[in-house]
Amino acid sequence: MSATHVPHPDLPPPSSTIGALGWLRRNLFSSPLNVALTVLAVYLLAISLPPMLRWALFDATWSGDSREACTANSGACWIFIKVHFGQFMYGFYPEAQRWRVDAVVLLLIIGAAPLFISSVSNPLKVRLGLGLLLLYPLLAFMLLHGGLFGLTPVDTRQWGGLLLTLVIAGVGMTAALPLGVLLALGRRSKMPAIQTLCVTFIEFWRGVPLITVLFMSSVMLPLFLPTGMNFDKLLRALIGVTLFQAAYMAEVVRGGLQAIPKGQVEAAAALGLGYWKTMALIVLPQALKLVIPGIVNTFIALFKDTSLVLIIGLFDLMNIVHSATTNPAWLGFSTEGYVFAAAVYWLFCFSMSHYSQSLEKRLHTGHKR
Amino acid sequence: MNRRNTLAFSLTATLLLAAGTAQAGNTLNAVKERGYVKCGVSDGLPGFSYADAKGNYSGIDADVCRAIAAAVFGDATKLKFTPLTAKERLTALQSGEIDVLSRNTTWTSSRDSAQGLNFTGVTYYDGQGFLVNKKLGVKGAKELDGATVCVQAGTTTELNLSDYFRANKMKFTPISYDKSDESAKSLEAGRCDVLTSDQSQLYAQRIKLAKPDDYVVLPEVISKEPLGPVVRHGDDEWFDIVRWTLFAMVNAEEMGITSKNVDEMKKSTNPDIKRMLGVEGDKGKDFGLANDWMAVVIKQVGNYGEVFERTVGKGSDLKIARGQNALWTQGGLQYAPPVR
Amino acid sequence: MADRAEQQITLPAKPPFWNDPKTRAIAFQVIALVLTVGFGLYIFDNTQTNLRRLGIASGFDFLGSPSGFDIIQTLIPYSASSSYGQVFWVALLNTLLVALLGVILATLLGFVIGVARLSKNWLIAKLALLYIEIFRNIPLLLQIFFWYFAVLRAMPAPRQSLSLGDAIFLNIRGLYLPAPEFKTGFGWVLAALAVALGLIFAIARWARRRQMATGQPFPMLATALALLLGLPLLAFVLAGAPLHWQLPELRGFNFQGGWVVIPEMASLLLALTVYTAAFIAEIVRAGIQAVSHGQTEASFSLGLNTGLTLRLIILPQALRVIIPPLTNQYLNLTKNSSLAAAIGYPDLVATFAGTTLNQTGQAIECIAITMAVYLSISLLISLLMNIYNRRMALVER
Repeated sequence: MSATHVPHPDLPPPSSTIGALGWLRRNLFSSPLNVALTVLAVYLLAISLPPMLRWALFDATWSGDSREACTANSGACWIFIKVHFGQFMYGFYPEAQRWRVDAVVLLLIIGAAPLFISSVSNPLKVRLGLGLLLLYPLLAFMLLHGGLFGLTPVDTRQWGGLLLTLVIAGVGMTAALPLGVLLALGRRSKMPAIQTLCVTFIEFWRGVPLITVLFMSSVMLPLFLPTGMNFDKLLRALIGVTLFQAAYMAEVVRGGLQAIPKGQVEAAAALGLGYWKTMALIVLPQALKLVIPGIVNTFIALFKDTSLVLIIGLFDLMNIVHSATTNPAWLGFSTEGYVFAAAVYWLFCFSMSHYSQSLEKRLHTGHKR
Repeated sequence: MNRRNTLAFSLTATLLLAAGTAQAGNTLNAVKERGYVKCGVSDGLPGFSYADAKGNYSGIDADVCRAIAAAVFGDATKLKFTPLTAKERLTALQSGEIDVLSRNTTWTSSRDSAQGLNFTGVTYYDGQGFLVNKKLGVKGAKELDGATVCVQAGTTTELNLSDYFRANKMKFTPISYDKSDESAKSLEAGRCDVLTSDQSQLYAQRIKLAKPDDYVVLPEVISKEPLGPVVRHGDDEWFDIVRWTLFAMVNAEEMGITSKNVDEMKKSTNPDIKRMLGVEGDKGKDFGLANDWMAVVIKQVGNYGEVFERTVGKGSDLKIARGQNALWTQGGLQYAPPVR
Repeated sequence: MADRAEQQITLPAKPPFWNDPKTRAIAFQVIALVLTVGFGLYIFDNTQTNLRRLGIASGFDFLGSPSGFDIIQTLIPYSASSSYGQVFWVALLNTLLVALLGVILATLLGFVIGVARLSKNWLIAKLALLYIEIFRNIPLLLQIFFWYFAVLRAMPAPRQSLSLGDAIFLNIRGLYLPAPEFKTGFGWVLAALAVALGLIFAIARWARRRQMATGQPFPMLATALALLLGLPLLAFVLAGAPLHWQLPELRGFNFQGGWVVIPEMASLLLALTVYTAAFIAEIVRAGIQAVSHGQTEASFSLGLNTGLTLRLIILPQALRVIIPPLTNQYLNLTKNSSLAAAIGYPDLVATFAGTTLNQTGQAIECIAITMAVYLSISLLISLLMNIYNRRMALVER
């Protein structure tokens, strides 16, 4: 008689380790300290969340178009945002011409969308990307500024709100990256004069606060130039912001360059590649990939720094919201204004950081740990 | 740096040099070449220069800018306003960022000398005062010992304030903001007890408050604040144009010329009026402008009295009485030399 | 390919001199230098011409003349009759004060949030993540405005102040705290403190040597705390409590006496702390995660407990990763404190590069001095950082 070993069927895991209960035990009540922390956190949430939600949602006023409509409810007065929405988005851009701004944004979305679709082939993406980088700014400028093809000219002083914020951020980003790469290469250069120049440049811009730079570029610049010569105020702010962030970008890129083993450069030299080809084809693609998070962080910093143009009197999103809160007809709605502005800024910055994380994962072609 | 960089660099440098040599000249030529006047105004002061939601400026300072544009181009719209904070304004003028500053700026000796500026006249005779909440029950400035005072940074007001409290052996806590809006907001919230500024500004700030009637301007005037348009040192031609634009407006009021009757007045037999409106002689041409430029200024912008009443006087929300700003013939200080 | 090979066999002709990398390098550098120097001279010349043409005063003589305005917060004696030079020091100290406090508070908050982010407690970890994602993605200026114009403006008027035991008052004018007044005899307390510090140092050395020799640990932390608190306290009692608290009291418009934290500083500090802490938290998290788990396991298997593992194994390694980006954050915080100008806190940019510049009209001098100060702080910190990096660099075999 042969005894076959019949394994006892597995017992179900103890009910306290699976399901909702198990999850709770593992994640919230694993030790006395954690119990205390959980209780504390829940308590804090319980006292802070309901009033916030009541203010922002349940007791808030959503409909109506005057200040008086808000007096009935104790919560936020979102009418304030509704009434000023056009101003917040376009600034003083003439209402009849605002379709041009919409067109510019639409163009960007249509043009850039294929870059984010994985089924589009890479060479096409590169061509599209280059087109966006080189042609789009020109097109956008012509549309926004007008003066050609029968479009009414709209002076840059009239640009404002989110439009201006995006213009500064967009130009700043596209200009700061290449400039930063050049500066980083210069800093790693073997030519002492070039290296010194680049180091001085980078350290100078990294060392001074942006608002002094903006102040200088906005009111003092003509002192340094020959009599009568001048640039557009917006252009000067753009140059200030770009140079400032380019210095930070240079340091980020330098980090990437330093991480590339010397062997790569030597191998490229052995293949007969010159300096520029080595950098463009071998070193930079690897280095930039390594520092994507840093680059995006610099972009995010740049986006947030655009708010400082308030100090030199440009009406970006921040300034236009801030000045709307001092509008005599709408006093006392600072919180609503700031919350709205914060939400807009947050949305942009958060999407950027999220995208960079996904990009980082996708490009992580090396060894995974 | 590398080849492409150096190339860009040298290009920029050459461009800069070329542009520099092309534009060196006096302000009038530069303005004419450019096609508009760059006028520095306040960043938001009702009655003086205030931008509405569409970015259109109104106010006495803004109208002086318009008058200058009308004088130079015969068109009061050929100008661009540059809103400036008190801290930026003088630097912006010194550097050439603007052609003329018409932004409730006080005429002082140091601004006229060491700071390289020239005041062209007085658009508004003012004096510094205090704005307080009625609830405090303060009747006069001498009762303000220990108060917290909001003031705009970088103004003569800030200096007068210190002088006044020191002279009266009183203590105070200053809070200096860059923008007048922030001072007003702070007064309203109770961050400060008192807002100090030129009296005209106090009236202007008061109408920006949610409950203007809760606030009162104290009777004391602690300083002389003659406010007027400013230009840079060293360009007498431009200085004359700005100065005489203002004088033309004052003279017009004295002679009874208004924006409405200016065309009829051209037929007047009064030689003074004829000279001024460019009907007789060529006084206008002496400025390097059209002979009838004063007539254009008055037609497009108005005489001093019209502008005053429209912006800060009876026709405005501020309802400021003429007072010191009445013509000299009516007991005020506004006086202009003759056109001859 | 065959062509290539043949080419390589035949000796290449000497390249023309313009293709020689060395000549090129020299040429580039000369061109770059000439252009830079030329550009600098050009700017300098323009500025000189402009200043002369406009008759603007230049030079640093203005630093000696009286300023004529008052400042809300001064750490050193100052009045309207002090010089612009004194204004500079007042403003600089205000900047340094807010930067220093900001650095301390942001570090504390950042470490707490960073550790919380790695907590095994799901709720705590998620809350920390929420904090980080919210605050680092909103412009600092907006946060400053929010605290100043929305939160601190909601404080009560002086007469309705919130008070804590009639000693601490909170209202729209600021936070009023009792100020210590030192009487004669307080020197003894300070002396006792110095003695305590000396003793701690000596005992620590002895304890370390003993532990090295015998392996016996010594309760150093407890001893140090006891000495640090005990000795000065003893001196304090013996000297007859030579300390008096000056309480703030409502007189006239405002509270008088005591220490006051003005709302301008409070909101600037709050915003700087909250904003920078979000970045520091991420740095701390990355630092701790950079230490491989094997280190912890190895440490446990050696018998070290959690506290010792953290202190002796994890932290020293994590700090190597944490400190460089952390200093960058400190530097950013210092530079960001210049946003004070937007809400009227009298820092260097607001008071010196703002008010002084405007009262004197000497824009170039004022901005140059201001930039030089920030630049020196930045370079100084970079220098310290480099020294630290050299000391901490892994010595690889």
